[in-house]
Amino acid sequence: MALEAGAVKVGDRYEVVVVEDLKRTQIVQYAGASGDYNPLHTDEIFATEVAGYPKVFAHGMLTMGLTGRMVTDYVGDGALKKYGVRFKAQVWPGDTLTASATVEAVREEDGEAVVDLAISTVNQDGVEVISGSATARLAD
Amino acid sequence: MSKLKEFDFPVEASHILMFARAVGDANPVYADPGSEAARAAGGVLAPPTFCQASAQFDPDYFLRPKIGGKWFGSGAEPTGDPEYLKGGVGSGLHAEQHFEYHRHPRPGDRLTATVRSGKTWEKQGRRGGTLSFSESITEYRDQDGELVVTARSIGVKTSQVVEQE
Repeated sequence: MALEAGAVKVGDRYEVVVVEDLKRTQIVQYAGASGDYNPLHTDEIFATEVAGYPKVFAHGMLTMGLTGRMVTDYVGDGALKKYGVRFKAQVWPGDTLTASATVEAVREEDGEAVVDLAISTVNQDGVEVISGSATARLAD
Repeated sequence: MSKLKEFDFPVEASHILMFARAVGDANPVYADPGSEAARAAGGVLAPPTFCQASAQFDPDYFLRPKIGGKWFGSGAEPTGDPEYLKGGVGSGLHAEQHFEYHRHPRPGDRLTATVRSGKTWEKQGRRGGTLSFSESITEYRDQDGELVVTARSIGVKTSQVVEQE
């Protein structure tokens, strides 16, 4: 169900907990699905003893994918025109992530109504792990 | 912008299903063609970041172990390829990712991914060390040559381990 133009206004905010207590296995599951098998994400021995990190950490794209679920839950299926993020801090096993979208503008683009969203995902300590933006088509 | 590579990316229903599971998205529009969501969307769709999984079909993708090849992850030793580290700590990290959707891919699409190099620049890190950024742009075109998704990726290589915020 697409978001309707009449039902959205600047400042509206939508928020979803997209993962609770992130498991290493989910990171491995994402590696398998995406094809990014970097051992920094899947191999604790390599990540700690060779690369010098405290433990494995999630692919940035896993966080972008988890956050994408919040965006499509809000704007509806197939409505996205643009979605972009900047990776700001690492996501570790055990993290709980809350993703939010805030309406920045409702406008016309190419003859159709669209909404611009500011995207932010934070961990359990309130640290922003990604920030970004999205533009989606609105239903009449 | 020089062309780095081009490869076929067949979009398959089971791959979309597995990808949606991995990103924790139970929306039936990604899994069940008979669902109301899929009917409303004109069929099953791929989730917004699915094109990243084109890496599965990139024959040279360096973050996939190659049959018979060396792999830098742990085995008997913490790394199977000490040479790997000479390129710096880790192989670089992802700084930004942007997608522009001309339409959303569907099972049965036969996409062609064309990867081009973009800008490169350097910055001093807040905790010392040099950060080297590089951009790549991937165009995904369908079987009719129509542009489906444009992806822009920015990678960063660090001269030291990235510390936790």
